[in-house]
Amino acid sequence: MAQDTPTASTGPGALIHVEGLRKSYNLGLPSEAEVLHGLDLQVGRGEFVALMGPSGSGKSTLLNILGLLEPMTAGSYRLQGEEVRGMDDANLTLRRRSTLGFVFQFHHLLPAFTALENVTLPALMREGRVTAQAQAHARALLAEVGLAQAENKRPAELSGGMQQRVALARAVVLNPPLVLADEPTGNLDQASSAEVFALLRRLHAERGTSFIVVTHDPRLAARCDRLVELVDGRIDHDGVTSRPR
Amino acid sequence: MQTLLIIVGVAAGVAVIAYISALISGLQASTLTKTLGAQGHVTLRSLDDAVVPAALAQAGASTLTQTQPRAQRLRSVINWQTLVPVLEAMPGISDVSPMVSGAGLALRGEATQSIALLGVDLDRYDRIVGLRSKVISGVARLAPGEAVVGRELAADLGVRVGDRFTLQTGSVSDSVRVSALVDLGVRDLNRRTVIVPLRAAQSLLGLPGGATNLDLRLHNVWTAQTLAADLRRQYPYKVESWQENNAQLVSALNAQSVSTAIIRGVVLVVVVLGIASVLVVSVVQKQREIGILRAMGTTRGQILRVFLLQGAVLGAVGSVLGLALAVAMIWLFTTFVRGSDGLPLFVISLPLATGLQVAAIATVCGVLAAIAPARRAAAMDPAQAIRI
Repeated sequence: MAQDTPTASTGPGALIHVEGLRKSYNLGLPSEAEVLHGLDLQVGRGEFVALMGPSGSGKSTLLNILGLLEPMTAGSYRLQGEEVRGMDDANLTLRRRSTLGFVFQFHHLLPAFTALENVTLPALMREGRVTAQAQAHARALLAEVGLAQAENKRPAELSGGMQQRVALARAVVLNPPLVLADEPTGNLDQASSAEVFALLRRLHAERGTSFIVVTHDPRLAARCDRLVELVDGRIDHDGVTSRPR
Repeated sequence: MQTLLIIVGVAAGVAVIAYISALISGLQASTLTKTLGAQGHVTLRSLDDAVVPAALAQAGASTLTQTQPRAQRLRSVINWQTLVPVLEAMPGISDVSPMVSGAGLALRGEATQSIALLGVDLDRYDRIVGLRSKVISGVARLAPGEAVVGRELAADLGVRVGDRFTLQTGSVSDSVRVSALVDLGVRDLNRRTVIVPLRAAQSLLGLPGGATNLDLRLHNVWTAQTLAADLRRQYPYKVESWQENNAQLVSALNAQSVSTAIIRGVVLVVVVLGIASVLVVSVVQKQREIGILRAMGTTRGQILRVFLLQGAVLGAVGSVLGLALAVAMIWLFTTFVRGSDGLPLFVISLPLATGLQVAAIATVCGVLAAIAPARRAAAMDPAQAIRI
């Protein structure tokens, strides 16, 4: 494995500190299969990491585990210094709400809600209601991603790139320290893809949010600060990117 | 669209339940009113004559007897004048009316009709059966020599108010003048009933100063059986409640109530299954949205509550529409379904309490129907849901 130590803060106090992470499916069955084989990974605050690898290498599984959506089979995962392995569902839900933002390949906006309502949804989940302040913040964020005029439109009335920008605004609306993006440009044309990626970089620069972005596109990966490559459930490469952003 | 269809389904179910409840209540109330409109809630008579052995059987001795039941003669309730105020003072009893009743003949010209002759104190009897409200012609008045006659009997005899006819019982006969014609609500009663003053009936039936029965009206008709049993224990009289006198009617009413309950139960089950099926489909269709909400930090409890609330809303909205539909159906029934006299067959209405009860049951059923789908949604693995 090629290892080029990143410059961001690492160690036990890192934002993400993973040691010996293993993930198996169908445990105890003849079909049991281990897809992640003892990964060690640290991500510091403010890092912008690209996660690459061929299909079936375990990228999405790793992202789900980092996003507290799936349990690991073995190993240790400390998020903001706190061990999450063994936490119950209520605690994991609380951590997801307070620490993480998600952007998916398919935007996953709620079709019955307007763009503004989709962006205020995390506040609604957290507070149980949408305050005027939360609504103003969401409105400002939509303006920041260039969708001030589209706040009352439903997802079906927006282009793919616009939908993904709404999803991005929703992911960062509560200022989480970490955003996990699973192929956020995978379903977009080249122009929209470049536009959305530029937005990711801008939000990162302005807010200092950490991003882990799964991508198949080497050109986009090269524009990240750090590249982690997975092959067959193992980290094959982890280092700073060589190309300019 | 699915939601709209199931709301219509719930509304139809609620409408059926509310309408059937109102219809059966109205029918039963009407039947009870008609039945109790011609008799007391409890009737007290003297005990039947029975054959009493001349001597008690000796131990070890064989007796050969064949007992012939005695023919029952007209007898008075012993000490009825003393008993009336005692009964009137009892809690639960609102009115007491003495009566002399027996069989006789009504004669006019060539017409001869067998009749049931009732001798009453008009004011007391009116409080028992509301006789004055049943008058269709003339004025209910029972001065000496006057009679109130059933509508059909008057037609059979060819008499109108003011006409005279002859009453005959055994060897005694008397001429009376018709003061009023009444409709007692039952054709058979209208064909046989002649009501005369108590004293006239005592004279005609050979029971001077007597009363064959005391009719009791109660504050609550449904306490009749209990009260009758209490009176049987206290006094040596034959006491019968209206339920015992109308056993077939009571059985029919009970059968009706049970049938209604079964229909309501089946409709509720259909409503529950309808709501549940829509919510199950909804959970499957919204797996991805559920997954994303869970990823964003929505708790299992919040997901559970969303679907339970959806079930309750379906039940509540369907209830409101269903109750409106039931009111419309009741209006159609009372407006267009009429008897041969052009009047509604009976009055039916949907009391507010019944409407609220039905709506509450439907809403609770909506929540119950949502439990399984809501649990399924709440238990969904977010990673898997998002992948779908």
